[in-house]
Amino acid sequence: MPEKVIRSTFSAVPLRGGLAAQRVRRAWWMAAPMLLVLAAVGGWPLLRTIWLSLTDSELSRLDDYAFIGLENYIGEYGLLASADWWQAVANTLLFTGLSVSLETLLGLGVALLLNQPSRLRTLLRAALLVPWAIPTVVSAKMWSWMLHDQFGIVNHQLLALGLIATPLAWTADPQLALFSIVLVDVWKATPYMALLILAALQMVPVDCYEAARVDGVPRWQVFRRVTLPLILPGILVAVVFRTLDALRVFDLIYVMTSNSRDTQSMSVFVREQLIDFGLVGYGSAAASCLFFMVALLSIVAMGLMRKTFERAAA
Amino acid sequence: MSRIALRGVSKFFGNIPVLKDIDLDIASGEFCVFVGPSGCGKSTLLRLLAGLEEVSAGEIEIDGLLVNQLPPAQRNVAMVFQSYALYPHMSVYQNMAFGLQHRKLAAGEIEQRIAGAVRILQLDGLLQRRPRELSGGQRQRVAIARAIVRQPKVFLFDEPLSNLDAALRVQTRLEIARLHRALGSASMVYVTHDQVEAMTLADRIVLLQPLAGRTDALSVAQSGPPLDLYHHPANRFVAGFIGSPAMNFVEATVKSLCHPGVAVDVLGTIWDARVSSRGLMPGEAVTLGIRPEHVLLGQGTQRARVSHVERLGELSHVYLELPGSGTALLAKSPRDDIATDELLPFDLPPQAMHLFRSDGVAQARYAAQQPADPAHSAFP
Amino acid sequence: MSGLTEAREAPAASPRRQAPGRRRFPRGRIGYWAASLLFVFVSVFPLLYALSSSFKQGAGLFSPTLWPAAPTLANYSGVFAEQPFAQNLLNSLLVAGCVVALSLGLSLMAAWAFGRVQFRGRGLLLMLILSASMLPQVAVLSGMFELVRFFGLYDSLGALVIADLVLTLPFTVWVLVTFVRQLPKELEEAAAMDGVGVLTLVFRVFMPLLWPAMVATGLLAFIAAWNEFLFALTFTLSTEARTVPVAIALISTASGFELPWGRIMAASVIVTLPLVALVVVFQRRIVAGLSAGAVKG
Repeated sequence: MPEKVIRSTFSAVPLRGGLAAQRVRRAWWMAAPMLLVLAAVGGWPLLRTIWLSLTDSELSRLDDYAFIGLENYIGEYGLLASADWWQAVANTLLFTGLSVSLETLLGLGVALLLNQPSRLRTLLRAALLVPWAIPTVVSAKMWSWMLHDQFGIVNHQLLALGLIATPLAWTADPQLALFSIVLVDVWKATPYMALLILAALQMVPVDCYEAARVDGVPRWQVFRRVTLPLILPGILVAVVFRTLDALRVFDLIYVMTSNSRDTQSMSVFVREQLIDFGLVGYGSAAASCLFFMVALLSIVAMGLMRKTFERAAA
Repeated sequence: MSRIALRGVSKFFGNIPVLKDIDLDIASGEFCVFVGPSGCGKSTLLRLLAGLEEVSAGEIEIDGLLVNQLPPAQRNVAMVFQSYALYPHMSVYQNMAFGLQHRKLAAGEIEQRIAGAVRILQLDGLLQRRPRELSGGQRQRVAIARAIVRQPKVFLFDEPLSNLDAALRVQTRLEIARLHRALGSASMVYVTHDQVEAMTLADRIVLLQPLAGRTDALSVAQSGPPLDLYHHPANRFVAGFIGSPAMNFVEATVKSLCHPGVAVDVLGTIWDARVSSRGLMPGEAVTLGIRPEHVLLGQGTQRARVSHVERLGELSHVYLELPGSGTALLAKSPRDDIATDELLPFDLPPQAMHLFRSDGVAQARYAAQQPADPAHSAFP
Repeated sequence: MSGLTEAREAPAASPRRQAPGRRRFPRGRIGYWAASLLFVFVSVFPLLYALSSSFKQGAGLFSPTLWPAAPTLANYSGVFAEQPFAQNLLNSLLVAGCVVALSLGLSLMAAWAFGRVQFRGRGLLLMLILSASMLPQVAVLSGMFELVRFFGLYDSLGALVIADLVLTLPFTVWVLVTFVRQLPKELEEAAAMDGVGVLTLVFRVFMPLLWPAMVATGLLAFIAAWNEFLFALTFTLSTEARTVPVAIALISTASGFELPWGRIMAASVIVTLPLVALVVVFQRRIVAGLSAGAVKG
């Protein structure tokens, strides 16, 4: 018998190059076009951006640049010494914090609304998708018009209701502009949040609710003790997605307030340096900073989420 | 020449053996059924033949060709899947034609083959339907037709009846048997967990046992014609698996070796078994086996209390409490008036006995055939 | 009808009282309807207001009534007359169409590999693809700019097709992998028995079966490409090469002093209404696609 086992193990070796291996080779061939394209349009440009951030490259002389190390970051006129950059960082963080927390709360509410079995459901879902589908540029323009300081309907109605005495310059007033931007972002992105939370809600087994109902647990308690813990991982995922998305905000701010220092986000800052000022090296340094920030956050989030999921599974 | 030959075929998933050292020859035109409890690897064995899984060791020959490295389509086999695996977006016709078109067959040839399959399986009028517009039985027939048009040397069936309801299952079973006769030289390999299907369809049954991680056991528990497995099970596993309800097993000790046969002691009662005494020693612990249909009720010197009766209509299952033990002995009886707690005389005829040594191996039986239906003759 | 008492008792309602008929409590019902209506109003109002403004002109624009006093189509004709807006629309359509076709084709092939075959490095690659969807657009901007110039595609639609792939590919792959995994394994095995190659399997068996998923994923990719702004703004220069988001963002009067809000709203409506129609028609599919990408992520 031992002989036979040995023979089996040996004769198994040459078969490794057989059908299974062929299948794996095919898999690589099938994945290759997509991987190559993604590497070409994602990986390569990213690496180039990081490389260019270590040079003094400029838009007017793209092929003629010198390696200058970390000068763009920590030099005398480097990023870390730039007040405008730190202003952009602060704007972005404030924008992200405000909009994501509002979107989470509202998204949860809307998801609960949509989770009710009702004839209204189709209408609600359609209404939900409208702001999501509208191009960001268009929503920025629509809201800019509604928030117009002289002719906008928002000021008009607020004045009519006596809530304000004089028209507010929603997008021009440095105090207000960022909040206006947050408002539009909340309008536009809450649907996405709500959809993700709704997906989590719909995965809560009905038995859980029925068990709680049979036990006579009050509704609020059911939500707090049963629903919320079960959908928390789903909410976390949604929050992470939205946070990473909000950190790179560009369209909304660019269209609503252009290159104004008071509301400029990191992405807007990058593009201004890169294209408007032609400082490819310096702009790339800013872009790299944003990238590393997002990457770091993703890694931390993944670690955290894994822990949460493991706890939920345990 | 054998159509399919397996030589020392083994399959491991990781380090876990699923199939071990299978040697098997299936003849041209033979209907071979792989049967066994779940986890015995019967479906895996079929998939090895199909080329959907790769052997870990050993060789598979189909039609004289070593196929270990050949992809499924080049093995001259066709498979009928448990879930039918019809392409949902294609009509019945397209389902049959799809594979043929990929073999670059002439359109006329395809037409002709499909027409043939339609005739055999009575699919007239269904050709333009989608699978979801068909009943379960019709889907099953389309799946078989799709295999037929390939004109393979070997048909592989993976539990093809398990998704059908009971009535349809019997009908389709008959159709498959008819098909096998009609197709003549093609071999069929058929996987099932249902021993009735195995017994009724097979020229040969290959009974597989689960290895359950053991490395010393072999996968094939016994292979042979159905009635051989029924009358001469090679070991306790086969004896217990074939036959329904399962064979009764009673612990016993060898009392004396007589010729022909063995006398065994079951809780103080001596029974004769007409089996070979080779290798047995008096005093050795053995297991006595007897099928429920062979226990004689209403005659004999022993009496036992009836602990429970299941009346099935055509017959009754009678549970006897063996005197002096809690062991129940199941007997089949055509009577439907046996009552619980009744004291019934019973007999265990020596020629119906099976005897298994402590390692499970059966002693050869002398009786070539069963005694003429004793259970039924007992009550005229 | 003791609605009030019932409402007050609702939180402590005993199971026996709730069991028959699953009665709804009026207060909760009213709250539900009020919240729903408010939500629908907030969601849809900006679009309605834009629609209304697009029919107003001159002084009419300054009165914020929803129904225009003197409805006019002047803004719509203006959009097409004063800039190559038809060209811009066609550009957007071309870019989005190409991006959708390329993304779906490449992703479906890859989805078979990632969804059906166990190979070393699969998990790592999937993670990389997922993280590519988190990539800030500006982080690839300068590298992409070089790439676009290298291929001589600056100020052409090809540049946008290439650039937009980085936005769409990660999630089309991700979503299609989850859908491919749900297809029964036997279908693929039946195809193997039939002797069809992988490409045939993917495009003649999987694709027809995944039609709903393809529609959903394709719509998401289409919307992403249709709405894309940063690349389109950066990689095109001439007004003829612009896509609609850029065209709308850059609409201005000849004087460049006050923005022509009527025309901007007209252009916005033109761009948005087809999208809204698509979204309303395919809402179930889109929701399924969005959730599939995220929940498994």
